[in-house]
Amino acid sequence: MPQTLEACAPPLHPMAPRMTPVTRFIRESQDVFTFDLAPEGATPFAPGQFNMLYAFGVGEIPISISGDSQAPERLTHTIRAVGPVSAALGKLQTGDRVGLRGPFGVGWPVEAAKGFDVLLIAGGIGLAPLRPVIYWLLRHRAAYGRVGVLYGARTPDDLIFRSELEEWRRTPDFQLRVAVERAGPEWTGDVGYVTPLLSKLRFDPADTVSMICGPEVMIRATALTLEDAGVADSRIFVSMERNMKCAIGHCGHCQFGPLFICKDGPVHSYDHVRNLLAYREL
Amino acid sequence: MADQIDGAMATLTVEGLEKLLQAIQARGYRAVGPTLENQAIVYDDVESINDLPRGWTDEQDGGRYRLLRRGDDALFGYSVGPQSWKKYLHAPKLRLWTAERHGDDISVAPEPPTGDRLAFIGVRACEMRAIEIQDRVLLGDLYADPHYQALRARALIVAVNCGQAGGVCFCASMQAGPRVTEGFDLALTELLDGGEHVFLVEAGSDEGRALLALTPHRAASDDEIRAAAAVIERTASSMGREMRSDDLNELLTNNLEHPRWDEVATRCLTCANCTLVCPTCFCTSVEDVSDLAGERAERWRRWDSCFTMDFSYIHGGSVRASAKSRYRQWMTHKLATWIDQFGSSGCVGCGRCITWCPVGIDITEEVRAIRGCDASAEEPR
Repeated sequence: MPQTLEACAPPLHPMAPRMTPVTRFIRESQDVFTFDLAPEGATPFAPGQFNMLYAFGVGEIPISISGDSQAPERLTHTIRAVGPVSAALGKLQTGDRVGLRGPFGVGWPVEAAKGFDVLLIAGGIGLAPLRPVIYWLLRHRAAYGRVGVLYGARTPDDLIFRSELEEWRRTPDFQLRVAVERAGPEWTGDVGYVTPLLSKLRFDPADTVSMICGPEVMIRATALTLEDAGVADSRIFVSMERNMKCAIGHCGHCQFGPLFICKDGPVHSYDHVRNLLAYREL
Repeated sequence: MADQIDGAMATLTVEGLEKLLQAIQARGYRAVGPTLENQAIVYDDVESINDLPRGWTDEQDGGRYRLLRRGDDALFGYSVGPQSWKKYLHAPKLRLWTAERHGDDISVAPEPPTGDRLAFIGVRACEMRAIEIQDRVLLGDLYADPHYQALRARALIVAVNCGQAGGVCFCASMQAGPRVTEGFDLALTELLDGGEHVFLVEAGSDEGRALLALTPHRAASDDEIRAAAAVIERTASSMGREMRSDDLNELLTNNLEHPRWDEVATRCLTCANCTLVCPTCFCTSVEDVSDLAGERAERWRRWDSCFTMDFSYIHGGSVRASAKSRYRQWMTHKLATWIDQFGSSGCVGCGRCITWCPVGIDITEEVRAIRGCDASAEEPR
């Protein structure tokens, strides 16, 4: 079910970034930020695809696109500062230049999911690669059955896209449950992992396409829960993360068994990866 | 196939080979080939056939490489050394681009591919196969590596059919040799036993035919053609190692938790030697550098290895932290998942990973152990 964009001619120098201005910078939480890049000419992308972002003189990392695929003149990325490159990107200001290569990879099966109930399950920063799917579903709401989003974060302070979470919560025919692992008394929502919340969503397991993005341990647990609930493994999609240096299948770093996460993924159907996920350190 | 030179065999004397080398250089190629350096046979520029390791051979085994004198003046009387042609086509270190800051703007200048026309002298069958395998990795999908592409498109390949098998050779098991069957411009077979020291030559391309036409040669005799076939047959039947290869994808994929991985991990130093000497290992990393003023930055690509901890690092730690998982990644990729990815094994049976492993880990022995056979049950043919 993976979808790809119209193939355009690959660049002559696929490793050379385009220096692209930052047009908007938003701090989402203590360590998560979002910025928009405005490349010259529209850069079409599919929900779930990623770009390689280069901080001048520091390095380059793969980052999923977190914005609206139907407004590709603006490329939005949401990043958690965890290493030298993401920390450097977090210090950028509007007008600064970021090196851009992409988009790369196979995204979420939004076209193939038409007519199905759709469940999106995100852990932590994993909500960012799924946000383009949410935008897509909201624009094409009538084409889908029931829609549900589960989002888990560590604490209420770690929640991202907060104003949009409020909007989505008020959206008709759109189920949203947010859980945090730890919270103070001011938190009135769910506490714990996201998987138990599945039972609170209305969906028909026999007719559901599910998309999961989060830490690998969360992906495994969630996929098992979905299977137990009766969702076919070929209709469960997961986005995988691995070390990447090139994003074009040449550097070898992102291999996962026979798969290159950069070009065969990052989104894979669970029936293609479930056996691989069973092995430690594969 | 007997019309003029085309498809037919020619014979070159040793002087003729020198003339061929001169013709190659006169045509604008930079000739590189085997030379003696630091007590090993390594690839370097060759001005004349006098730069080749005349009269030398080698002795190879797990973790062991020694040069020995031959009793004759053979120019190609040895097996492959530690280096492969990937050192030229897929350079160990390469600047990819340079970026410069101009006020608010930053410009990026990609490194132009080199215009070098390389002539590889003495490409063995296993190495020819390795080049074809790297072609599929670096040119065969949506994106092409422009540096590899430029060098590869211009490279001249003068192959050599091996006159003897080395102690760690198993190209016959991988259907990769010892005879070069395709991809070459010229293929030589060195004949030492017939009284005269000559080379049987087969042209495999228009460029090869053109070069041969510029070189003094004679039509090969039936005896010479038979002698060359016998040389290759003798090499094929004296491989130092053997490895059953028809079922490796299934065998290894079904044995990802085999106890042998733990056992080999107690010996493996995760030093990465095997990946650096392997002619098909293609993995690279990138390094970003900048000047002190922050006005200029560069990105360099360098060979990397799945045996390093950094290789699989993502936030939170390395995916493959244990030696077991890193050896397993290398070997299962080489012999199994490579087939899923690129349609062929990643192993050509050159044996370099065996020779240059400091502790002598032998990929053919590891496969036998996983297959569950007694190591003595499958003696080399």
